[in-house]
Amino acid sequence: MAEHIVTSFDDDLKDLARRIAEVGGLAERAVDQAVRALTAVDLAVARKVIESDDHIDALQREIEERAILVIARRQPMAQDLREVMAAIHIANDLERVGDLAKNTAKRVIAIDGQFQPKQFVHGVEHLADLALEQLKNVLDAYASHDLEQALSVWKHDNEIDVLYTSLFRELLTYMMEDPRNISFCTHLLFCAKNIERIGDHATNIAEIVNYVITGVQLTDERPKKDTSSLTSIEYKEA
Amino acid sequence: MNDASVSASTAAAVAATGKPAPSTNQAKVHAADVNVYYGEKQALKSVSIDIPERAVTSFIGPSGCGKSTFLRCINRMNDTIETCRVTGTITIDKADIYDSGLDVVELRARVGMVFQKPNPFPKSIFENVAYGPRIHGLARSKTDLEEIVQTSLKKASLWEEVKDRLAESGTGLSGGQQQRLCIARAIAVSPEVILMDEPCSALDPIATAKIEELIDELRENYTIIIVTHSMQQAARVSQRTAFFHLGVLVETGETDQIFTNPIDRRTQDYITGRFG
Repeated sequence: MAEHIVTSFDDDLKDLARRIAEVGGLAERAVDQAVRALTAVDLAVARKVIESDDHIDALQREIEERAILVIARRQPMAQDLREVMAAIHIANDLERVGDLAKNTAKRVIAIDGQFQPKQFVHGVEHLADLALEQLKNVLDAYASHDLEQALSVWKHDNEIDVLYTSLFRELLTYMMEDPRNISFCTHLLFCAKNIERIGDHATNIAEIVNYVITGVQLTDERPKKDTSSLTSIEYKEA
Repeated sequence: MNDASVSASTAAAVAATGKPAPSTNQAKVHAADVNVYYGEKQALKSVSIDIPERAVTSFIGPSGCGKSTFLRCINRMNDTIETCRVTGTITIDKADIYDSGLDVVELRARVGMVFQKPNPFPKSIFENVAYGPRIHGLARSKTDLEEIVQTSLKKASLWEEVKDRLAESGTGLSGGQQQRLCIARAIAVSPEVILMDEPCSALDPIATAKIEELIDELRENYTIIIVTHSMQQAARVSQRTAFFHLGVLVETGETDQIFTNPIDRRTQDYITGRFG
């Protein structure tokens, strides 16, 4: 894309993109640390994640304000307009990702001191790896305007959904095996749901990146594989 | 820049939106392969476009791109320029307006024009509006004429402001009022098409808003073509937009599409402020 005649317009747009990258980095780190706090039951790290969310929120508000200023000042058209709208939407998604990381970190504090078999956490950890990979890829796709990479993120969300559904079953099974697991597993289930949602936000962002580049919304139904809401497990007497 | 891109981009528009580009309204003005020369210099290169009736079509493009030249072809204003030569076909309601048997004066009554700078006659407000109907013999009596003047001023949203001073000079009005007076003057001869050449460029934002509101009302009864340098204005008032560049009609389509997702790179560069 050629430069604008008014160079400060380019600066404004670059500034928005740079801030998205910053918020994206912070959101990624929050998710990563929240999951590490969960696996290690590390309260100090969990508290750090909770505190860092304020910063993410503040940056999101700043991006929104700056985007509104660009609209008021420059009246962007076509791709420029899509860029500005995308910045608002993506900042919003990333802010939600931060909230989900924060909620996960809060649960680390809640489960402290409870009976916590280590192997229960493995599934959540694996789920988080997938979600983080998606988040990283979509932020890269945004930064480099890589349509192919954005669409690949969009298509791969079903892997997270499938894993989440199987994790749901697994945790239910643990709960049935021993009622002492219920509290811990319930928290883990919520953490897993948080991470599954983070994956959804990554696909949202992928849709936005697609719109920025092509100017057309993705209308195809995304392959959805989260069937946990339809899942039940029968209790069999031993 | 080549001429073939005209049809190519239209085809692309169809492909991208999945529906044919022309709006639902029928084409009132139809131009095919229009070329305009000023002496040796070619100002318009093979312009073909359909302009739907009862809708606003805006022409945008950088200075010297040919948009005003094309506008002036539609009521044969270019005839008044000695060196100007027009080839190709332009029809209104399927009748060729460059037909040698056509009465140009009558054509200009059917195709009214509003200019960049308000240019009322140095006569009373009443006379400004009454002049056209009188010379075209549209009024049978004085009452008839008064009625035409009143209706035209009402349609131009000026009546309330001037009804008590119709005998005062038209040049004494504010710029925005003068422009609405010129629109009333154009409407008075019951045109079918109204051409507007940057009608708001000499007006303040409030007067501009009033003209835009008026354009939106007039669209119900007239086919309006507006040349504007304000992209925002084109986006606000028109249903279809045509982008001209270096004498070529680069892209034409639904206004919403042109301003959110133009197909041609040149359109995109122009509307986003990237033309060097």
